[in-house]
Amino acid sequence: MEFAELIKTPRADNVVLHRPFHLAVEGTLCLTGHHLIFSSRRQDNAEELWLLHSNIDSIDKRFVGSLGTIVIKCKDLRIIQLDIPGMEECLNIASSIEALSTLDSVTLMYPFFYRPMFEVLEDGWSSFLLEQEFELLSSVTNEWRLSCVNKEFSVCPSYPPVVIVPKSVDDDALRKVALFRHGGRFPVLSYYHKKNGMAMLRSSQPLTGTNGRRCKEDEKLVNATLRSGRRGFVIDTRPLTVAQQARAKGGGFEQEVHYPQWRRIHKYIERFNILQESFIKLVEACNDQSHNMDRWLSKLEASNWLTHIKELLTAACLAAQCIDREGASVLVHGSEGTDSTLQVTSLAQIILDPRCRTIRGFEALIVREWLQAGHPFQQRCAQSAYSNSKQKWEAPVFLLFLECVWQIHRQFPCSFEFNEQFLIMLFEHAYASQFGTFLGNNENERAKLKLPQKTMSLWSWVNRPEELSRFQNPLYEANSLVIWPSVAPQSLQLWEGVFLRWNRPSRFLEEAEEERINIIKYNKELQARVNALRRRLAELEAEDEDEEVQEEEEEEEP
Amino acid sequence: MEHISTPKVENVKLLDRYANRKAASGTLYLTATHLIYVDASAEVRKETWILHHHISSVEKLPLTTAGYPLLIHCKNFHVAHFVIGQERDCHDVFTSLLKLSQPVKPEELYAFSYNPKMSKENREMGWKLIDLRLDYQRMGIPNDSWEITDINKDYEVCSTYPPEFVVPRAATKAVVMGSSRFRSRGRIPVLSYLYKENNAALCRCSQPLAGFSARCLEDEQMLQAIREANPGCPFMYVVDTRPKLNAMANRAAGKGYENEDNYENIRFKFIGIENIHVMRSSLQKLLEVCEMKSPSMSDFLTGLENSGWLRHIKAVMDAGVFLAKAVKEERASVLVHCSDGWDRTAQVCSLASLLLDPFYRTFKGFMVLIEKEWIAMGHKFSHRCGHLDGDPKEVSPVFTQFVECVWQLMQQFPCSFEFSERFLLEIHDHVYSCQFGNFLGTCHKEREELRIFEKTHSLWPFLLQRKQELRNPLYRGFTAYKELQPNTLPFSFQFWCGMYNRFDKGMHPKQCVLDQLLGCLSQKVTLEDNASHLENKLPILDGPLPSEGCTSPKAGAAAAKAPTPPQDCAEGATPVLSNGPSLGHQKHKESPAQPRDLGASREDEQAQHQG
Repeated sequence: MEFAELIKTPRADNVVLHRPFHLAVEGTLCLTGHHLIFSSRRQDNAEELWLLHSNIDSIDKRFVGSLGTIVIKCKDLRIIQLDIPGMEECLNIASSIEALSTLDSVTLMYPFFYRPMFEVLEDGWSSFLLEQEFELLSSVTNEWRLSCVNKEFSVCPSYPPVVIVPKSVDDDALRKVALFRHGGRFPVLSYYHKKNGMAMLRSSQPLTGTNGRRCKEDEKLVNATLRSGRRGFVIDTRPLTVAQQARAKGGGFEQEVHYPQWRRIHKYIERFNILQESFIKLVEACNDQSHNMDRWLSKLEASNWLTHIKELLTAACLAAQCIDREGASVLVHGSEGTDSTLQVTSLAQIILDPRCRTIRGFEALIVREWLQAGHPFQQRCAQSAYSNSKQKWEAPVFLLFLECVWQIHRQFPCSFEFNEQFLIMLFEHAYASQFGTFLGNNENERAKLKLPQKTMSLWSWVNRPEELSRFQNPLYEANSLVIWPSVAPQSLQLWEGVFLRWNRPSRFLEEAEEERINIIKYNKELQARVNALRRRLAELEAEDEDEEVQEEEEEEEP
Repeated sequence: MEHISTPKVENVKLLDRYANRKAASGTLYLTATHLIYVDASAEVRKETWILHHHISSVEKLPLTTAGYPLLIHCKNFHVAHFVIGQERDCHDVFTSLLKLSQPVKPEELYAFSYNPKMSKENREMGWKLIDLRLDYQRMGIPNDSWEITDINKDYEVCSTYPPEFVVPRAATKAVVMGSSRFRSRGRIPVLSYLYKENNAALCRCSQPLAGFSARCLEDEQMLQAIREANPGCPFMYVVDTRPKLNAMANRAAGKGYENEDNYENIRFKFIGIENIHVMRSSLQKLLEVCEMKSPSMSDFLTGLENSGWLRHIKAVMDAGVFLAKAVKEERASVLVHCSDGWDRTAQVCSLASLLLDPFYRTFKGFMVLIEKEWIAMGHKFSHRCGHLDGDPKEVSPVFTQFVECVWQLMQQFPCSFEFSERFLLEIHDHVYSCQFGNFLGTCHKEREELRIFEKTHSLWPFLLQRKQELRNPLYRGFTAYKELQPNTLPFSFQFWCGMYNRFDKGMHPKQCVLDQLLGCLSQKVTLEDNASHLENKLPILDGPLPSEGCTSPKAGAAAAKAPTPPQDCAEGATPVLSNGPSLGHQKHKESPAQPRDLGASREDEQAQHQG
């Protein structure tokens, strides 16, 4: 297919661009296969706007006479308005944007066409391999092994080719366990707590069904992670009733009789379609220009967004608590094990593991616990909060996770190597990107699409020194402790950086950030200068002594 | 001391409302001024001090297995839940605290016994630290249109106004006296702030005694004089900060609001800020929400909404923004009143001044603002804060709301205030502490009668001494921001956890950016000293400096990039007696890397510091 077929009017002049908190600008609008480009022709202060079609969530058009107006709502939640003279031009442009922003084939997406303008220092596709992770693990314990049982994606289509499992369980057993778990997602290692050797496993629900089916190998696998005489905790992210109902559809939960060493705790984390509704309501509330305080607070409450944040953080704290405080191993799952399960396991790691709070470590966490673990990004992030098409698999599961990280970050502002911008950047790229990283729903699909060969990895770009510097937290000081966030409602705030980003002027907050950076940078420079001066002084003093010694020697000679 | 029958109780538990950890166990002491609790179970000695004046209520709760609970609520939103082993001890402490927390006579207030070992001269200097005449001078007053008059020196015009205030030059004595008879409690229109750039003035007064039809020629002349003092604008605003219904109800009592037909070229406007009783009950509801035991998000947000607190904060802010805009953008003078003109009027006038003039966002300026708009103009701190045993219906968090509005502005403009949230909390504490004379009584006349200027200390020099810890490290200086135009959409207002849950440390961020940055700033001084000391030493040993990354040109560049210190870091304890606008300007000229006279001993000192 040629993109040109979809673009009937590639260019329109005298278009006026409106954005909140910006003066309206007049300029030229161009459509390309993947971008909407607006550029003002003002010489003094040329402004350009590049918008990926894939970032467009919805588009509305209306006419006043022959002046058409297009309102574009983006997946990053921004709303812009374009006034386009000429009804035909406007209609053409609107229909082109609509078509180009809803391409149904992945291989037509921009990442397949994007050619980077930067030199690739490190190929992000191979930056975070599970093998490296396993090497680190092997240095502290030999209870685990790397299994290639899934190398053809035949045991579990949504798992990566290699996984880490208890050493005592062989591949044949894994194949059997896979048949006993929803979607073949048998329990695998998610996190190993070096401090006390406890493990966090994740999986999908067991297929016990109504007649209480059991699987000896499954029991053996999870029990292999327990210390003798110690108990483990199963954290089921569904309420008991939902878990019970799941039995009718062949699903279920671990029953006490078959898992006597495990205590099951049900922590309700909302399912994805409910989250999507909540997301839509919250964004709607944030875009409300009404001056009525009661209305805002009741809309904020009714969106339930912060409730979900609190529930998720509570569940993650519980998992972390079981591991760190109770000294117990933990198995986390919901139904499919691709959404709430991953939210809990990855957040628990943020709490427990200082490495996950570094930039590299956080990237590794996202690769390991989200991308490789088979969170269906392409389904979940197909549309954002403005979409009208209510397809049931879209949901801000990843955004909710990022926001929880932000909430913890806010409470421990010095314990993270990255800043808020880093989290916002990840949110943006999960929904629309020039990079292939978040395309596909799992490693299997990514392999079929040949993403590593055909597209650029987000990490190849982010990890370049000049990009990284934008995402560094000036206040960071490595903190090796477990960090326990408060989940009291008073401690949780709306993530303004995402939800109010386009609805308020940002200048003053940016200046504050600049100021923070300057204060710290200046001190570091001063410290370096003092150190250099000290060194210089020491050198000079040493030289002087040498000279004196030489002089003495010379004197002796004649 | 006659109220204290049991000065010391052992084995008292202090419950932590949020942390699940075991309750602390220790000893409770009652002194003449404080309740002190010493936690014996903690590894490090931990003390909780509660000033008797801060206690707003003491309750005995039903007996539990642990003992007799005593619940103490404080005016600074501290809530302490003690459990005492013996009923008699509990009752003794209870009755003592009831008496100690509700003094009957002003002489019993802490300020009259507080003795910080300061010389008489310094104490008197302290009271002269804030000179309102200097602030009027800063506005260019006296000038052709405005004058400072002492017509009220014997409180004949108005007993709740200060002896001196600013009125239009055109308003004769007869006009002033006539207007005072037509205004509730004689609180005539006087100047609050003059915006020098365009001569638009912010004025304040109480409601007119208009009833349904009464008029007063002098009052009309007074408004005309105010309007004509600003020739750039043909009209003036008269803003009644009450809801219209309340204002109308007042007419039946012979009070009310200005009739537009009687005053030439006025634009009359209501801004509905609720009265003190609504505000009191709103705060009560808010505090109940803050105290809920493990509330859900919904409970909290619904409670926050139902309390109406943020709605009221927004109303005050909206009013302040309206005034500032009228003055700056419409170039119009504004006369503001509510009923008596000492609550809502004080809130909105001070807020508008703060929005218009960066001086009021400095330490000194903020002190001036509070002295001018609140203390001098007769905000009844004693009644509103319940300093003495009195009518509980007079208590209302009017000043708290103002402080919160300032905090909300700080959230939107983090670099525009010289001081941090801590300065606000410190002031808020002392409004209730009665430790200093500033906030005692209800008006200037009463403070003179109480002889607070002879017998007590002023708060301000004590706060200025602590500038280092109360300052805002992000402050960009006096000239960086002029007028502030805050966003007042509802989402711009946040719940102030640092105020209403201030003592629930578990809810706050576990790492404090403010502390980090303040640490950086004090470290900076040390490093700069070290650097210049080393630089002075080097040329003695070696001629030209090495051209590595550590040379002085580079250092100069670094210094130029460095954040400008908003205040002289080395100023220390000596309070400066001038409060002119020059304060802020000086800062910018000051080089951050000032050469200092350094002796060898200096470095030793620093070595100790670092160690």
